[in-house]
Amino acid sequence: MLSMNDFNLIAILTNAEYSALLVKGITLTLIVAICSWMLAMSLALVLLTFRLTPMRWAQRLVAGYVAYHRNIPTLVQLMLWYFGIFSLLPDALQVWLSSHNAEAIFSIIALGLCQAAYFSEDLRSGLRAIPSGQSEAARALGHSYLGSMRHVIMPQAMRNAMPALINHSVSLFKNSSLAMAIGVAELTHAVKEIESQSFRAFESYFIATILYLALSLIIMAAGAWLTKRLSIKGAR
Amino acid sequence: MLDFIQIIRDNWLLLLVGQYPNGPLGGIVCTLILSLLGILLAFPLSVPIALARLSERSWLRWPATMLVYGVRGVPLLMIILWVYFLLPTLIGHEVPGFATMLCTLVVYEATYLSEVVRSGILALPKGQLEASRALGHSYFGAMRHVILPQALFNTLPSMLSQFVSTLQETTLGYVINVPELTFAANQINNQLLTKPFHVFFILALTYFVVCFTLTKLFGLVEQHIARKRLGRATLPDSADASAAPAGTLPGLPTSTAKQLP
Repeated sequence: MLSMNDFNLIAILTNAEYSALLVKGITLTLIVAICSWMLAMSLALVLLTFRLTPMRWAQRLVAGYVAYHRNIPTLVQLMLWYFGIFSLLPDALQVWLSSHNAEAIFSIIALGLCQAAYFSEDLRSGLRAIPSGQSEAARALGHSYLGSMRHVIMPQAMRNAMPALINHSVSLFKNSSLAMAIGVAELTHAVKEIESQSFRAFESYFIATILYLALSLIIMAAGAWLTKRLSIKGAR
Repeated sequence: MLDFIQIIRDNWLLLLVGQYPNGPLGGIVCTLILSLLGILLAFPLSVPIALARLSERSWLRWPATMLVYGVRGVPLLMIILWVYFLLPTLIGHEVPGFATMLCTLVVYEATYLSEVVRSGILALPKGQLEASRALGHSYFGAMRHVILPQALFNTLPSMLSQFVSTLQETTLGYVINVPELTFAANQINNQLLTKPFHVFFILALTYFVVCFTLTKLFGLVEQHIARKRLGRATLPDSADASAAPAGTLPGLPTSTAKQLP
């Protein structure tokens, strides 16, 4: 039975083995989250460019990409990458990947590709909120298409998209816990291991929850700060 | 291609209902029941949370806000682990995986739905509450007869897309051995061993078909609601609505801000 006077965080935090597991877990969580965020953001910009081209097939392609990633649960995408696509690769590559933490690499790919769909949609709705007069005016003033995008449209679109981007960055961070299901030794995985070794479920989950919560709140606060910083006084 | 057909032909029953007549109900039926029950049970909880979040009394507002931020800041997987561990110790006897997952989904969805409900209430013109109070409604009377009917109707599209989210979240039941669709696919994969890509591709495709159909279907509902609201906005009694800039619906909640694990 659960009894509160048994609650002993120190027992876990001062244990060398457990604290090493925790540190490793957080590091891997952060690596997975940051790498997949960067992958997602760069891919989202590529997707956005395709979507903005007048070519019909490119737009369809991006729409299909987004639909695919939004309608399949992230866990299933992770499994498809790690169990499915991994097995289709040539043997030499499989061996190389296995010796280079294949789980982490595939979780970064799967989470990054999935989140790119959401990021590109956020950016697109940010763009759509800009009145077309803005780009017409910029073009009339002599900007090239790319110049008007870079100096006039995107800075505004980015500001519009900020809240959604921050929300989705937080969910990307939280989704990194799913990598545990394919065996990445990130924070949730580490905590389960500590729990099964120490039989202190309450304490181990408590530590992980606090860590996740703190990091999520930091991302939210940093996002809010950035939004405020970037906002232009007097703009709508 | 033949392999795909072969796998589906041999295992369609397992994917559909799990080992049902001889074992627990599973597969896609389990997934659907779990998500439907989850959202239906979460809804009645979400309204009081939303009202508490909007309350002027700090002893109501603070716990609700903390709950919402707490649940939103922690991965669903972590909440599953908590329920998995806490529920049996609180009740005193074993809890099956299905019930554990259902409890988790109810807690998780209730907080997310409460944010949807809250945004729906906030999006209504302030005059609505003021007018109904002025007409002699009590706070709860005003909420029940004036505010909530409008807010809930307007947020229906977000709630429906929340259902698709819930459906995708049930996949995490796999971690605690709930026999839903993902679990069934893993069972098949463990039997075959040689065709992981085929099995997981079929799994992904199944989810895609279900979720895509639902999303499209709910899109039609959303259009219907948007049209109805446009019609209402022209009625003379909603001055606030007609004052809103053309093209934007007053109080139309932004489509779900939340995203799935």
